[in-house]
Amino acid sequence: MEPDDIETGDAIRPGKPVVVDRYKKGARINHWITAACLILLALSGLALFHPSLFFLTGLFGGGQNTRALHPWIGVVLFFSFAGLFFRFWRANLPKRVDAEWLAHANDLLAGHEEKMPEVGKYNAGQKFIFWSMTTLIVILIGTGILIWDQYFYAWATIPQKRVAVLAHSLAAVVIICVWIVHVYAAIWVRGTINAMTRGSVTGGWAWRHHRLWLKELAERHKFKKPTAPAE
Amino acid sequence: MEPSPHTAQSNPPVSNVVSNLSERDLVRRSASTIPPPARQLEPVAKLIDVSKCIGCKACQSACIEWNDTSPAIETNVGVYENPHDLTPEMFTLMRFTEWDNPQTGNLEWLIRKDGCMHCEDPGCLKACPAPGAIVQYSNGIVDFVHENCIGCGYCVKGCPFDIPRISKVDHKAYKCTLCSDRVAVGQGPACAKACPTHAISFGTKEDMNKLADSRIKDLKSRGYDNAGLYDPQGVGGTHVMYVLHHNDQPEIYANLPRDPRISPVVNAWKGMAKYVGFAAMGLAAAAGILHSAFVGPNRVTREDEEKAENLVKDNA
Amino acid sequence: MTNSWTDIRNTDLVVIMGGNAAEAHPCGFKWVTEAKANRGAKLIVVDPRYTRSASVSDFYAPIRQGTDIAFLLGVINYCMLNDKVQWEYVKAFTNATYVVKDGFAYQDGLFTGYDENKRDYDRSTWDYQIGPDGFAVVDETLQNPRCVWNMLKAHVATYTPEMVERICGTPKDKFLKVAQMIAECSTPTKTMTSMYALGWTQHSKGSQNIRCMAMLQLILGNIGVRGGGMNALRGHSNIQGLTDVGLMSNLLPGYMNIPVEKEADFATYMSSRAFKPLRPNQTSYWQNYKKFFVSFQKAMWGDAATAQNDFAYHYLPKLDVPAYDVLRTFELMHQGKVNGYFCQGFNPLLAFPNRQKITESLSKLKWLVTMDPLDTETSRFWENHGVYNNVDTASIKTEVIQLPSTCFAEDFGALTNSGRWLQWHWAGGTPPGEAKRDNWIMAQIHRRLRALYEKEGGPFPDPILGLTWNYADPDEPTAEELAKEMNGYAVETLYDPADPSKVVLEKGKQVVNFSVLRDDGSTACGCWIYSGCFNEAGNNMARRDNSDPDDTGAYPNWTFAWPLNRRILYNRASADVQGKPWDPTRKLIAWDGTKWSGYDVPDIAPNAKPDVVGPFIMNQEGTARLFARGLMREGPFPVHYEPFEAPIANVIAPKIRGNPAARVFQDDLKQFATSEEFPYAATSYRLTEHFHYWTKHNRVNAVLQPEFFVEISEQLAKEKGITPGSWVRVWSKRGEVKAKAVVTKRIKPLMCDGKLVHVVGIPLHWGFMGAARKGWGPNSLTPFVGDANIETPEYKAFLVNIEPTTGPVTS
Repeated sequence: MEPDDIETGDAIRPGKPVVVDRYKKGARINHWITAACLILLALSGLALFHPSLFFLTGLFGGGQNTRALHPWIGVVLFFSFAGLFFRFWRANLPKRVDAEWLAHANDLLAGHEEKMPEVGKYNAGQKFIFWSMTTLIVILIGTGILIWDQYFYAWATIPQKRVAVLAHSLAAVVIICVWIVHVYAAIWVRGTINAMTRGSVTGGWAWRHHRLWLKELAERHKFKKPTAPAE
Repeated sequence: MEPSPHTAQSNPPVSNVVSNLSERDLVRRSASTIPPPARQLEPVAKLIDVSKCIGCKACQSACIEWNDTSPAIETNVGVYENPHDLTPEMFTLMRFTEWDNPQTGNLEWLIRKDGCMHCEDPGCLKACPAPGAIVQYSNGIVDFVHENCIGCGYCVKGCPFDIPRISKVDHKAYKCTLCSDRVAVGQGPACAKACPTHAISFGTKEDMNKLADSRIKDLKSRGYDNAGLYDPQGVGGTHVMYVLHHNDQPEIYANLPRDPRISPVVNAWKGMAKYVGFAAMGLAAAAGILHSAFVGPNRVTREDEEKAENLVKDNA
Repeated sequence: MTNSWTDIRNTDLVVIMGGNAAEAHPCGFKWVTEAKANRGAKLIVVDPRYTRSASVSDFYAPIRQGTDIAFLLGVINYCMLNDKVQWEYVKAFTNATYVVKDGFAYQDGLFTGYDENKRDYDRSTWDYQIGPDGFAVVDETLQNPRCVWNMLKAHVATYTPEMVERICGTPKDKFLKVAQMIAECSTPTKTMTSMYALGWTQHSKGSQNIRCMAMLQLILGNIGVRGGGMNALRGHSNIQGLTDVGLMSNLLPGYMNIPVEKEADFATYMSSRAFKPLRPNQTSYWQNYKKFFVSFQKAMWGDAATAQNDFAYHYLPKLDVPAYDVLRTFELMHQGKVNGYFCQGFNPLLAFPNRQKITESLSKLKWLVTMDPLDTETSRFWENHGVYNNVDTASIKTEVIQLPSTCFAEDFGALTNSGRWLQWHWAGGTPPGEAKRDNWIMAQIHRRLRALYEKEGGPFPDPILGLTWNYADPDEPTAEELAKEMNGYAVETLYDPADPSKVVLEKGKQVVNFSVLRDDGSTACGCWIYSGCFNEAGNNMARRDNSDPDDTGAYPNWTFAWPLNRRILYNRASADVQGKPWDPTRKLIAWDGTKWSGYDVPDIAPNAKPDVVGPFIMNQEGTARLFARGLMREGPFPVHYEPFEAPIANVIAPKIRGNPAARVFQDDLKQFATSEEFPYAATSYRLTEHFHYWTKHNRVNAVLQPEFFVEISEQLAKEKGITPGSWVRVWSKRGEVKAKAVVTKRIKPLMCDGKLVHVVGIPLHWGFMGAARKGWGPNSLTPFVGDANIETPEYKAFLVNIEPTTGPVTS
């Protein structure tokens, strides 16, 4: 029985330094499509959110195009994120250790990661990002459809649409905040971005941030020959 | 002399006149901050006297002709309303209600001309994200500027009266303009011009208030004790007003809202949500910057790498 | 109209019964709203349906269609019993005091002299007693039981409020409220106006419906006064003009008659048109008949009409039947006795009853010419349009020639409105394609016919060859030329009869009006009542001065009203016997001791003494007639007769079906249904969104009311399982239609003689041509019978059945 947080393609490649395969190519493409959609949605959404940002419609070829494209990008994001969801959901299931990790969140922020408990492939923070994104995207696609008048005008009453548009904008704000945290964390924790660009991290990165996951992989490595490097 | 608001009954000027409505007469412009207007035009109003309306639809016909729209030839669905609702091609609509008056036991056929109310505090304009797509002139007319419209439908959500409609053809919002193009050259709206019974009058809001008073007096003398003027203050008053025989129950006139106001949800969306949203996003970004400045990057150490190598070796 | 549209604003009470002014005449209805808004006038609507007029009324009373006479006689009875009579007016200005001939009687729904086989009366007893002085006997005291007043009183006594409720289905309290509101107008200072239209005319007793209200208006003293009158709202913009210029098979222009066969020569024709006054010193204006007639003949045939040849009297056709009305013409066509038919601005396939019969009749023609701006159903009667016009094209041999003509806005000339105003208008556009003005088309037909007569002779070419045709462009007479001809001109220089050295009018000049016409052939006048419309002062119909001195509503310098620019007919009756206005605030004209003058052109000789000459100068009596003598075919007093297809038997006279004097063709009689077969009382009407069968060709109107529907009550819908907006089949003994159902509170079942009567409303605007959705008209269902006097078809009351169905299958 494999632990929940080992995903297909996760593997250790011994060497100096040790290299750990974290994301397969498919997952990475999937992630970057989602990321691109999210950024485009944020830009087009913000353009309609506040007059001072209306100039952003210029990126999409004007207000009419922005209005027309935004929901379609949302649809792409929804299905793209669904791909990520089905890849990652098991590894993001909450564990007892997450509570302990969260209790030490201040230590982490203060730069004392050594005080943190050992965590698996994802720490509680990452799980929070995952589940927040999931929830918010469901809210956004749901409310988005209710205000996508071109095709779904009759699906809701105007008072319902008002609630939907408010919920949509608030959810968008939250998802942008979550996204900021996500991006910042990826930058702050050096070596992380490699995981999504080349698919791998160094052994030290895994030791430092996801020791339990590394240990599980190492344990598995004992019994199996490493699979071919993820290409 | 520039044209001033005329009643719809007076004959139009015969000489060429310059439009009296321009950018400098705007008091509000959607998604924009504008300087106060250079001058204050006399506020205008259209008064629809429901008690004089015979539901002939001449107003609808005149509206179609003047605005050169082409509504679809629909079917009969068991009622007199045609088209069945306001559409991007039909800016005004007679709505018919058969109402049994519980007090008199008599049937009353209430016929209300529906269309844009030209609110003093227009919800559509408030909701509109496109700069200059919705404007309000100092005479009270709320107009859609189609070249700026992006078709998002926010005006539909902002409107307390369910008036704007988005075209499936050009994806722009349409509604009654109060014939701003006619008013700009001293004429009344086409509907008022066409109305055979003077159920639709047009002039200064002050004059229309006076006319309404005389009509209400007449209605009261005929036993309509609750006759009154519908000029809802919840939206700051409107530049299209109704004389109703039963002003105490506006909802019997095909669901005319009793106390229309811009929905608190819309206010929250266009007010609080913006500030909270910007604040939240700003805070998140600032927190990152500060954190990175004070705490610095979280780097993998040589020691970490060695420990990993050892682990892998141990397990090999 | 006795009055004018603009005069309605002067009224205190508007009674809309037999019409639906708000819906069918929305522009004219503005004057009702003016009266309401500015005078505090009240509006009563009496109609089987709660109409758009009712929606702005002060009081609405329901009535079963076809029972208006019972209702109105009930109101007359109420006024008589409650002393709500303007006595001075009634005694002086009506024939109330006249004593009726012995032998005249009324019993069981019939008057003296009925012949069941002929469906007609010997009307010789329907007249006044004539005294030894040769004048009618009168009893100023109203004591004589045989004076008109007492005979009327006895006649209307049957029509109690209870009887009205029983016949009309109008609840007694509602009837009494209406009667009481109307009765208030019996004071000299309160007036009521009657606005009616085809809701009264389209019955087998249409003329009597109107007469009945006219009698009521006389009793209230409301004829000839501002804000009063009998106001027929004409159904087309120029239908008043149509009757004025005599476009009826039995009329000449200006309401003169085409001779009948027994009037073989001019002397005989004139002998029954002496119009000797029936009371001393009365005007009896028709004594001038010969002047108008001779002037007409001179306008028609000029030099060919001479005193020696009785002004070409022999050129006129002589009728072998009372009239070749449309019903008779289609009956003859159906019998195969008509070969060719011209349809000018007329769509009989939808306009005339029993469409099946119309289609069969048109199919028997050799040729049909339609002159119309629109592609009408009649022009396409031979074309198969699926269920909407299911004909076997191959079997129809009729050759149809369509001549496209102009719309009103592409033509110029005068239209005569309901208020008798001849309003000149100018062309606003150019005719499209091959469309030609009617004048051009008619001229071309005439010139080609004339050429044929010239070449081939024939049995009697004279009336065609001798016809005056001196227009500048013989190919297209202009509207001005025709108007000038109707106005009249001096054929010879006219001298003053009192002083033969004085020239009244030089040869060739336009006459000032009909007062100068002569019977010696020295004047010509195409339509005497229009005389004055285009005289030496110019085109008076084109006048556009909308000033209205003292706001009387007369607008005397706006266009031209016939006769003599008079705005209110019988306006002499607006003043009392001494010539003082009944209501000083509503003065029209007054007698100043030597002459009549005021805001309107006096409807009496300006020097006629008020206490000597009666106001109703067109009548031999000088008074108005409560008792019509022999001038109405079914009786001198109106009687309640049921429609030919009625949901209940006639309560007054159970054995009588329909109007006993109405003409019925044998084959049509078989197609009348009983209420056992067809239980529901149907009626037909116009909707404000459309004008007849024209505007369905217009996209905007088609948008506003796109599809044929019928209206039924919620009760009938429930009984039959019909849901709003679903399809229903409606059928009569003559045909069937499919329509959408509008289920409404505005139609309610009526309790008549103990029976619940359901009303089915059928609007008339759809056909198989044009922009709107295809549908049918009520004429697929209606019976082929008309009014006894003028043959207007009975469109307003007939029987149908109804059931839910599925939509028509369309290919």
